[in-house]
Amino acid sequence: MTTISRNPSPAGGATAPPAGVRRAGRRSSRAAETRRKWYEIIGLTTPAVIVYVIFVLVPMGFAFYYSLFRWRGVGPPTDFVGLNNYVLAFQDPIFRDALRNNAFIVIGSLVVQGPIALGIALLLNRPFRGRTVFRLLVFVPYVLAEVTAGIMWKLLLTDGGTADALLRSVGLGALVRPWLADLDLVIWTLLFVLTWKYVGFAIILLLAGLSNVPTELTEAAEIDGAGWWQIQRHITLPLLGPTIRIWMFLSMIGSLQVFDVIWVTSVPAVRSLGASATMATYMVDNGFFARLWGYGNAIAVILFAISFVAALLFQRFLLRRDIEGAVTGRRN
Amino acid sequence: MTAVAAPRTKRRRDSSWGSPLTYALALAVAGVSIVPVIYVIIGGFRTTPQIIADPAALPDPWVVDNYVRVMTESDFWLQTVNSAIVAFGTTLGVVTLGLCAAFVLARYTFRGREVLYTFFTLGLLFPAGAAILPLYLMLRDMNLINSYFAVILPQIAFALPLTIVILRPFLTAVPRELEDAAAIDGTGRLGFLWRIMLPLSRPALVTVGILAFVTSWNAFLLPLLVLGDADQHTLPLGVQNFSSQYTSDTAGILAFTSMAMLPALLFFTIAEKQIVGGLQGAVKG
Repeated sequence: MTTISRNPSPAGGATAPPAGVRRAGRRSSRAAETRRKWYEIIGLTTPAVIVYVIFVLVPMGFAFYYSLFRWRGVGPPTDFVGLNNYVLAFQDPIFRDALRNNAFIVIGSLVVQGPIALGIALLLNRPFRGRTVFRLLVFVPYVLAEVTAGIMWKLLLTDGGTADALLRSVGLGALVRPWLADLDLVIWTLLFVLTWKYVGFAIILLLAGLSNVPTELTEAAEIDGAGWWQIQRHITLPLLGPTIRIWMFLSMIGSLQVFDVIWVTSVPAVRSLGASATMATYMVDNGFFARLWGYGNAIAVILFAISFVAALLFQRFLLRRDIEGAVTGRRN
Repeated sequence: MTAVAAPRTKRRRDSSWGSPLTYALALAVAGVSIVPVIYVIIGGFRTTPQIIADPAALPDPWVVDNYVRVMTESDFWLQTVNSAIVAFGTTLGVVTLGLCAAFVLARYTFRGREVLYTFFTLGLLFPAGAAILPLYLMLRDMNLINSYFAVILPQIAFALPLTIVILRPFLTAVPRELEDAAAIDGTGRLGFLWRIMLPLSRPALVTVGILAFVTSWNAFLLPLLVLGDADQHTLPLGVQNFSSQYTSDTAGILAFTSMAMLPALLFFTIAEKQIVGGLQGAVKG
């Protein structure tokens, strides 16, 4: 605990000066030591604190300020409109579509990716020759840039593209759909692309968690005659709980602010009709490209508030035990 | 644990063949992951008329023209250099600032330490995407638009929370005896950080460095807004531009996309063990 007060101070005890001098000397050397310690603390943390405050915290504060104005981004904002931008946002059916799409992606990602990732992680955690290669291959989609993956799928899924040709060649031509142009279908197509892209991330986390499960436990169970399924069900899965919850948390936050894959894969016309819009694409479309800066910043605040509340609720109810004290500051 | 028997059984198990079902499943999973990617790479060896005639066929004949075109006529190399500058700058900044802050949070006892830690971890809740508009306005006021710093500095800032969360427990775990021994030998805490902590925490530093590098290399939204100047475009912007500029040149897009994939794939193949290994400390089992 006492990392600082320790310090044997080699100069202090060696020469043994008279008692009074020694006490005074020690006190002043301790004061100097404390001062030095604070210099070090301040010197080492200041650069990180400054960068973090300026580029992470300050912008969010400004977002709220700007959101109270009707502002085209030129000169200082003067046309104060109060909370009108927020009212407008929730009245816009396209924004409501975006909210619904985000909710769909959050839930869809958890429900679809979770079980798939768990299954693959358990499979690739089995010791067999060549599993290192399989692990590498499974991670490939996650490593690709969102833009690269998005353009790839856009080309594959375009009308009369490869996906359609493959379906026709195996006699399933009846299944061919306008994957990215059908207003009802496009969000499902995007969920598929997102799943393909991000399931590898869940697998990486789960494999890391699995490698922390002590082999003594599984070996003991094996000796006691437990089968592979029983071991997974009663030993591995419960021990994997914290890892699963951390993945759920990261997946949820990522789904709420998803932008790149949606932006690149879906057609702008479909997006502007709301069928494939998310909060983030809506924000960039309106704020940056349509130059409605006040309005765009209001969307930023809404996006932030929703993510923040979702994160806090998740922390409060599910993550408390896993990263105790890290974010909520609760320690018990 | 039976120290002699355990490693031997482990080695025997690892090199043994799994059941056919295991391989069938693993093959299916790997196929879904990489067949689309392979299709794109092979598609780059076809011509656009070939692709239109039959989107799902193999190249006949194989042509290297698309790849040659991408490598000689497009901005591919310029964009690769831009991506590299931004990614290395980000990584260097994140690792340096993150290590210093995490060192203080791990090895010093002082009033307000946990407050400072909570302050940093709060950043995990700030989605980078939500801050992008005000961030753009601020960078514009700072006259940083169209400079590499407009991407590097915010990327450092948003990577710091995760970096500190991963590094702190790692630095805390280094035994006190080492620090005491260094102190007895007359090494101050800063010398301890430089000469002992730095080499000892290399695995953790490499992990956070790789995470920061890959995130930066793949970043799209921030460069899209702040790098308006085509000379500074990074690879993701280049891929996006190329595909919207030459919409009818499907084969060219496939070749460009493949070329853009390669650095990330190579990098990951080399660093995969490190990433998984480094995450093990961060994920409590």
